[in-house]
Amino acid sequence: MPAGEAAPARTTWREAMRAALREALRGDPRVFLMGEDVGHYGGCYAVSRGLLEEFGPERVRDTPLSESAFVGAGIGAALGGMRPIVEVMTVNFSLLALDQIVNNAATLRHMSGGQLTIPLVIRMATGAGRQLAAQHSHSLEGWYAHVPGLKVLCPATLEDARGMLAPALADPNPVILFEHVGLYNVEGALAPDAGPVDILRAAVRRAGTEVTLVAYGGMVPRALAAADELAAGGIDAEVIDLRVLRPLDSGTLVASVRKTRRAVIVDEGWRSGSLSAELSARLVEEAFYDLDAPIERVCSAEVPIPYARHLEAAAIPQVATIVAAARRAVGRP
Amino acid sequence: MSAADAAMAGDDLARLRAMLRIRRFEERAAELYGAGKIRGFLHLCVGEEAVAVGVMRALAPEDAVVSTYREHGHALARGLPAERIMAEMYGQAEGCCRGRGGSMHLFDVARRFYGGNAIVAGGLPIAVGLALADKLSHRSAVTACIFGDGAVAEGEFHECLNLAALWRLPVLFLCENNLYAMGTALALTESQVDLCAKARSYELPAERVDGMDPALVERAVRGAVAALREGSGPRFLELSTYRFRAHSMFDAELYRERREVEAWKLRDPITTLSALMRQGGALSAEALAGLESEVAAELDAAVAFAEAGTLEPVEDLLRDVYATEATDARG
Ligand SMILES: Cc1ncc(C[n+]2csc(CCOP(=O)(O)OP(=O)(O)O)c2C)c(N)n1
Ligand SMILES: [Mg+2]
Repeated sequence: MPAGEAAPARTTWREAMRAALREALRGDPRVFLMGEDVGHYGGCYAVSRGLLEEFGPERVRDTPLSESAFVGAGIGAALGGMRPIVEVMTVNFSLLALDQIVNNAATLRHMSGGQLTIPLVIRMATGAGRQLAAQHSHSLEGWYAHVPGLKVLCPATLEDARGMLAPALADPNPVILFEHVGLYNVEGALAPDAGPVDILRAAVRRAGTEVTLVAYGGMVPRALAAADELAAGGIDAEVIDLRVLRPLDSGTLVASVRKTRRAVIVDEGWRSGSLSAELSARLVEEAFYDLDAPIERVCSAEVPIPYARHLEAAAIPQVATIVAAARRAVGRP
Repeated sequence: MSAADAAMAGDDLARLRAMLRIRRFEERAAELYGAGKIRGFLHLCVGEEAVAVGVMRALAPEDAVVSTYREHGHALARGLPAERIMAEMYGQAEGCCRGRGGSMHLFDVARRFYGGNAIVAGGLPIAVGLALADKLSHRSAVTACIFGDGAVAEGEFHECLNLAALWRLPVLFLCENNLYAMGTALALTESQVDLCAKARSYELPAERVDGMDPALVERAVRGAVAALREGSGPRFLELSTYRFRAHSMFDAELYRERREVEAWKLRDPITTLSALMRQGGALSAEALAGLESEVAAELDAAVAFAEAGTLEPVEDLLRDVYATEATDARG
């Protein structure tokens, strides 16, 4: 943060992201932001509001509705020495750029025998909870986490919203940064000197002894709320925020489960073939003999996320379903 | 002979030599494929050599090239050593991509040769981005983006022409129109077969060029590149050409008449140019034989290089999935 500008003590998740973008644009002339409606409109989730006025249309670039072209252009610009930040409105729309991300961004370095470097950041919104129905609400982070060559970040806290962009830009690899739509309005205190964070490790957000709740992105606040409720009922839960979905820090998770001997995995993706399945498999591989109970998974129902509020709520993990799973795990349902 | 004529004759000789080198390279590759030395997909550009040679002669070293899976000729004309390409197709560590890419994925960052893309139209967005980086960095380089007629049906073609024109980026879109996408003729897939009309609809100046004549290709590309360097925005050239051989090594060629192939072979860019040079006294029989034996010697050496190559150790399988340190180097 440049001298003379004190960050507000209270801030929103959205403002923290914006502060990170502003800092990136100020700090490096190679950085630019492009995407649909990032400029004149201010960003579809208002994250980039004000940046066009501050940095001009060369560095805050509105693109046509052509996800494949501008995501691929981000890859090319990164190859050409720039540090592009590409915003895709939501993960659902990123499917129109999936070819560029999976067939180019993720492959070019290895396929060229290590010649090419793609220091690219792709930001996209993800997740349900705003009644946007089935073409705007899915959580496909796990798909991207499947792909070697990509790094996948899921900030959940204000500190991570503020601090993950800088290391993502400094990373010489294509990094996808997921912003859960349920988090943008979260408010809290952020230290004025909040800065870059590591993008390597999962974090223990709450220490506990009886059961491990593991979550990422928009499910972290829910897991924490569930832990509060469990505490009120006399159950001491530990909460792990994965933070980075690829490469996955299974060490932190395994260490926690070795201690608590029980695991509840919370994943807004669909259960079948999901990241939760991967986490579960790793626990079985690495901590099988430490488990005192079957692993529990709380995932989205296997259904396109519906519009109606009650149906949407029923489709995605809720505090109550997390609590119930944890109670089953500790044998006190 | 005037000085200009002499220079022209020298250029013709260089073009002929470059085309011959590609032709003989491709023939060697086909043989080696038959012998099981080269595996996977192999797409040869026999018949299309004038495009590769004309385009690459018109570009400067600082310009970038984005190509397709039918790129041996482009790579050779751009200056990638034949031996590195051959070793790549052998799957060896001495290959230009350590054997990870093979025939369809030749890269050489030092020559700004950005592949070798096997997704039809997959390279176009990358070309737009490379040009954007050059423009934002105030470099005068242009990006030559080569693709086939099949690519114009993909959404990326339309997205990218629009974006490049909107942002006035120095991309030269070069469509090698060889009339077929695998076995499908253009007219079977396009409501509008005039490809220049498509480009013009996005406000790109567009021109159709005889892609069987390397001098015409070179002249058109030089003109377009000069305009691009002035910052006048992207351009489109349709290079009319024809592949004499099958799409790949797995193609029964059911979709075209033998007669059509024979008719195009009468316009073979190599025999046409050498005959013209012979008539004009610019090429003796001995000189032509000399060219052939020079090229043969280079290719013998390339094959020997590949034969003597080594396999990348399996322990390095995961190497370069990720870059491990920050780099400021371009590419
Ligand atoms: C996206 C995509 N779809 C289909 C294919 C399969 N395919 C490989 S080459 C080809 C034909 C492309 O024709 P064209 O662009 O004219 O290039 P040419 O082979 O004639 O040089 C097709 C359909 C592919 N590689 N990528
Ligand atoms: Mg074709």
